[in-house]
Amino acid sequence: MRPRKPPADAAVVMADVGVTLGTARRPVPVLNGVDLVLPRGEVLALLGPNGAGKTTTIRVLTTQLRHQRGQVTVAGVDPLRHPARVRRHIGVAGQQVSLDKRQTGLENLVMLGRLSGLGRRAAHDRAHGLLDEFDLGVASERLVETYSGGMGRRLDLAAALIGRPQVLFLDEPTTGLDPRSRTSLWEVIRRIVAEGSSVFLTTQYLEEADQLASRVALVDGGRVVAEGTPVDLKRRVGQARLEFTLATGPDAVRAAEALDVVPAAELGTEIDREGAGLTVTLPTDGSVSHVRWVLERLEHSGVAPVSWAMPEPTLDDVFLSLTGHLARPLDAVDASAEPEEMAS
Amino acid sequence: MSAATLTRDVGVLSGRSLRLSRRDLDAMLTAIVLPVVILLMFTYVFGGALEVGTDYVTYATPGIILLCAGFGAANTALAVESDMSGGMVERLRTMPVHAGAVLTGHVLVSLAKNLVTTAVVFGVAVAIGFRPTASPLEWLAAIGLLLLFVHAITWTAVFIGVIVRSPDAASGFIFFVMFLPYVSSAFVPVYTLPNWLAGFAEHQPVTPLIETVRGLLVGGTPGAPAGADLTSTALVAVAWCVVLAGVFAAAAMVTFRRRTAH
Ligand SMILES: Nc1ncnc2c1ncn2[C@@H]1O[C@H](COP(=O)(O)OP(=O)(O)O)[C@@H](O)[C@H]1O
Ligand SMILES: [Mg+2]
Repeated sequence: MRPRKPPADAAVVMADVGVTLGTARRPVPVLNGVDLVLPRGEVLALLGPNGAGKTTTIRVLTTQLRHQRGQVTVAGVDPLRHPARVRRHIGVAGQQVSLDKRQTGLENLVMLGRLSGLGRRAAHDRAHGLLDEFDLGVASERLVETYSGGMGRRLDLAAALIGRPQVLFLDEPTTGLDPRSRTSLWEVIRRIVAEGSSVFLTTQYLEEADQLASRVALVDGGRVVAEGTPVDLKRRVGQARLEFTLATGPDAVRAAEALDVVPAAELGTEIDREGAGLTVTLPTDGSVSHVRWVLERLEHSGVAPVSWAMPEPTLDDVFLSLTGHLARPLDAVDASAEPEEMAS
Repeated sequence: MSAATLTRDVGVLSGRSLRLSRRDLDAMLTAIVLPVVILLMFTYVFGGALEVGTDYVTYATPGIILLCAGFGAANTALAVESDMSGGMVERLRTMPVHAGAVLTGHVLVSLAKNLVTTAVVFGVAVAIGFRPTASPLEWLAAIGLLLLFVHAITWTAVFIGVIVRSPDAASGFIFFVMFLPYVSSAFVPVYTLPNWLAGFAEHQPVTPLIETVRGLLVGGTPGAPAGADLTSTALVAVAWCVVLAGVFAAAAMVTFRRRTAH
């Protein structure tokens, strides 16, 4: 796909970027012509499964890895030619928390503040400000090794912000966090965006991209396979569905017949009459009025569902509909589902 | 990036390295306690049976001081390895920080730490009868030489920390460095060793270093070199330190840059 001509002041531009890793004898092509634009002040989410090339993309943009093909600019600067200048404009929070466990939160931040050019006083003020802002004020004098997973991620994010970067890079900022920590981290990221930073983040969660990003790029096998606003992508996926479970087969048939007339056809999916036998699935825009209408129709036809659900489209749905294959091999789906997701 | 920012980076990262090693109580204690135990053991347990021509504590202390210095410095390999694999180096490479400043910080702190541990071991040695006869100038020379030695061992340790891929491999290096002084003139005169060992002991860097420190601190005692003999031994010792430090500092910096791209 060819992106539009990027705006001259874009935070990130990647054009036909190729990276091959591995050894000379066994080269591994990891990025195969990535085209991406992050306009200034926006949030771009790189959405893709494990091994898609998300971290590699971040490493290229943050001067940790040299690409062999294509053009890159970050904050208007070419990282191959001027890595030191790029480093003055970026903040990075990697996939793992990379702070000293045997320093306190405050010590870590002051150190990084000094290294990004702040004076002693300024570094302290900035560190305290960020610790308070990220709800770490009370823990500021504790060693990082005593922090919970969510606290560690928040501190890592604060560390990335210490030099007031123009462009912020976040590699899977919430992977491995429980739902509550994830939500609170999203809150923090939204605040950062509201202050005008450009944010380039990667994620494996469609919901996260939806929550945070103004643009989503779907990556698979080192390529961008789809790009657009979250609404765009979701529309192409077929949006959310309503799922009803009925007690008996005949009930299911009656429910399906009753719902057949519900005007949801323009949303895409067909009603699944056989499918799982006792479930009836239909598309919805998720609005209260549509759900109420559906429930009323069911009641009218005298069918009482045993239960109902409205599963959000998953990364797998997106992949299936946009690439024709699943994000992960089928048998790996269950194994890689995180416990917190099953609980919610 | 300028000399001023380089000084700042090294200063900030030395402060960090110092805080981290202060909090690594295990390593700190081992670096002090182990040499003291070795000193006491050799003096009281083996010393009586070893014929070195003088008080055993007089003979062994210079070697043990060196052992202690090398041992503490070798710990730097672990610190560097943990920075490489723990993400801190990666983070610093995305910031406007001078490449290698983190390594230099470790080296400076290693020098400072080893001065302290050496002073402790020295104090214990004096308490059990070590009587140095050095003039102020000889003192200065001895301390300078010890620092040169620590500097060389530390850069070697930094290089090891940069190239290894696991803490275990770094520990292997520490073990090797601890072992070196045993096959030298630290505990027994080289001529008492079997031929093949004596050859190694005589030509490894630790022996001329120990001999020089011995000549400087307790010159005039049996086994200690003096006069022209001391001068030539000292030159060999200094040459070893300068060459080792130069080679390994360069190798460490080059490998560090290669392993961190750009
Ligand atoms: N140094 C390397 N050598 C060989 N292959 C690598 C190397 N680093 C990453 N890869 C491969 O590149 C692919 C993309 O990796 P990565 O960018 O980490 O993906 P993601 O972050 O999306 O999970 C993976 O298949 C990975 O195995
Ligand atoms: Mg990754």
